[in-house]
Amino acid sequence: MADHQIIIAGFGGQGLLFSGKVLAYAGLAEDRQLSWLPSYGPEMRGGTANCTVILSDEPIGSPIVDHPNVVMVMNNPSLDKYENMVAPGGKLFVDSALISRKVDRDDIDVYYIPATQLAKDMGAPTLANMILLGAIVKETGCVSPEHLEEGLRHAVPARHADLIDLNLQALELGKNYTQA
Amino acid sequence: MQEKVLMKGNEALAEAAILAGCRHYFGYPITPQTEVAAYMSKKMPKIGGVFLQAESEIAAINMVYGVAATGKRAMTSSSSPGIALKCEGISYLAGSDLPALIVNVQRGGPGLGGIQPSQSDYFLATRGPGHGDFHVIVLAPASVQEMADMTLKGFELADKYRMPCMLLADGTMGQMMEPVVLPDPVELDNTPKDWAVTGTECKREHHIVNSLYLAPKKLEDVNLERYERYKKIEEEECLWEEFMMEDAEICIVSCGITARVSRNAILEARKQGIKVGMIRPITLWPFPKKPLLAAADKVKSFISVELNMGQMKEDVELAIRCKKPVYGCTRVGGMITTVDDILASIKEAEKGEE
Amino acid sequence: MAVVFDKPKSLTDNVLHYCPGCTHGIVHRLVAEVIDELGIEGRTIGIAPVGCSVMAYDYFTVDMVEAAHGRAPAVATGVKRSDPSKIVFTYQGDGDLASIGMCETVHSAVRGENITIIFINNAIYGMTGGQMAPTSLPGQVTQTSPYGRNTETQGFPIRVCELLSELDGPAYLERVTVNNVKNVRNAKKAIKKAFQNQIDGKGFSLVEVLSSCPTNWGMTPQKALEWIDEKMIPYYPLGVYRDKDGENNG
Repeated sequence: MADHQIIIAGFGGQGLLFSGKVLAYAGLAEDRQLSWLPSYGPEMRGGTANCTVILSDEPIGSPIVDHPNVVMVMNNPSLDKYENMVAPGGKLFVDSALISRKVDRDDIDVYYIPATQLAKDMGAPTLANMILLGAIVKETGCVSPEHLEEGLRHAVPARHADLIDLNLQALELGKNYTQA
Repeated sequence: MQEKVLMKGNEALAEAAILAGCRHYFGYPITPQTEVAAYMSKKMPKIGGVFLQAESEIAAINMVYGVAATGKRAMTSSSSPGIALKCEGISYLAGSDLPALIVNVQRGGPGLGGIQPSQSDYFLATRGPGHGDFHVIVLAPASVQEMADMTLKGFELADKYRMPCMLLADGTMGQMMEPVVLPDPVELDNTPKDWAVTGTECKREHHIVNSLYLAPKKLEDVNLERYERYKKIEEEECLWEEFMMEDAEICIVSCGITARVSRNAILEARKQGIKVGMIRPITLWPFPKKPLLAAADKVKSFISVELNMGQMKEDVELAIRCKKPVYGCTRVGGMITTVDDILASIKEAEKGEE
Repeated sequence: MAVVFDKPKSLTDNVLHYCPGCTHGIVHRLVAEVIDELGIEGRTIGIAPVGCSVMAYDYFTVDMVEAAHGRAPAVATGVKRSDPSKIVFTYQGDGDLASIGMCETVHSAVRGENITIIFINNAIYGMTGGQMAPTSLPGQVTQTSPYGRNTETQGFPIRVCELLSELDGPAYLERVTVNNVKNVRNAKKAIKKAFQNQIDGKGFSLVEVLSSCPTNWGMTPQKALEWIDEKMIPYYPLGVYRDKDGENNG
């Protein structure tokens, strides 16, 4: 089923909603059915934050996902919360630089990527989200690489246009990481 | 036809209001609808419109009342606690027969409640939000596209019937992004309305915009006239959408975000061999009684799925004249009914358990 | 025969419902004369309050809007912002303006909203039958301060002009009264200036008019006018509290 139900979760400030927006704009570029739903409120800064993106070829019913088939987590509470919600056969992407424990399920694919460390190493510590996103797109094919780039260009506000190249590098790093 | 864009519900409704010719917005920040004010504050000055952050929700609705009295399209937006404050002004708008659009992106209550999505202002909206006998037209969008379309529709109906209209969304609808095709800009007829206060130019009798009638008979008459109009609206303006109702044995009634979740639950139930369909009211007042009553002859039971303690369920029971059992599937406080919640209710209804 | 006295054009033929001796009638007339003299009848829109002057919309020939209690400045803001070429005034009493509507009053002043406010201060709620107003004087006996306004439990009167004069927003604030011919003439000058300011785009102008309420004060009309001199003016000194033109300050 060409239906990607994606949850992106972690701390506020990690660029989670932005990652979701990049996917959503990529989906728009592909003329897919899609929805993007953020958590909102005081948790925007510092607390846990998440967003749900659905990309589908069918009209989307609920924008809320109970059993996502793609999950990206960037902190321990998010792993605790979503680990058991991932649909069997789903894919879970873990920032292993921030989460030390292993996932306790054998019916899903788990990818451990030290994204926050990789981001620091490339001199762009705020782009761990993009590294993970690159890996997601590579492993799930939820959007095509060309449309991912188009999505990024749409999602980055004009005043930050100078950061697009760095973001593209981070996406590329994520794609190649799981290949290696 | 405009191109497809990705927008938050709150932004889509704000842009749709501008495309509908609204150039006067008055607001006050409150989660989860603040994006509307933020959008308007950015956009209005660039197109010669008015954005004013009022000192209170009360002031905002009264500024809307002032603009509406001059015959122009005006709008305010808020979320549940703020809407409670606006009720005074909404009553005055209704009592003075003025059109206006009030947006309510609902959050949980009562009191300060929470900031997560809710539909607990159903009664407040559909029973006339304020003192006295009156109604406002209530529109319940269930997608970002409808957030835009219903904003336009809301202004049209408000103008057509000279009464306030409420766009009753929930936090999810306001916050989510979906692709949306915005409506084409509306060309408004700028001829002064024959009731509006635009200055007499010493050429006509003065117009008075007023809701005070100290003579009981006169006040009764204006109420009766208003209810004649309401009757016409109930006959002509009901909007709803049917989903898989052709062979349905159980009919879900739900609006807004819970209608979206219900859709998933219906598909899942059908996989399990249970024939479920949905009637989704789009206008909550007027409530689509006719299709529900017609469905009552065909289905075994109804399930009202909503984010409150069962407020709409009462309208369903009234609409079907209690011909069939109506089950409730509700979550409150900002919790949202899940597909599993609804499936459980469907199974309960299937078994015919009370 | 020469006409020596006539009704202003901007007043309708309706008979005023105000009590004998009440000064609302004088102030209505002054507002109407000013509208006539400035030639703005055709483009003026008035906002009526809740209180004794609730039916002001029946007395002025200009377009009128009836506002909810205290909300007149917000309604006026909407009307003015809808078409800034119109001349918009509110006519409000002390309960309306200084109690339930204080928030709207202060914030329309803060914004320097280009409107004109005529504020009738008679130190009592007239329409509901003589209850304590935010401007009732210390010790003043009313229906809801039957032992006299006790400042310990019922607080102190609000001096609106002084309060608003602390703000940067207002263009013009003046307190006047209409208890004798000289004061009536002065009041008219102030009201005219408040309207002229709006025409000139100068911004928020408020004229506070100390008025009498013989019925609820329990006095003859004559005694009530004297009471303004004896009791009200000492607490509410007449004068200009703000004039952005720089004339008559203090």
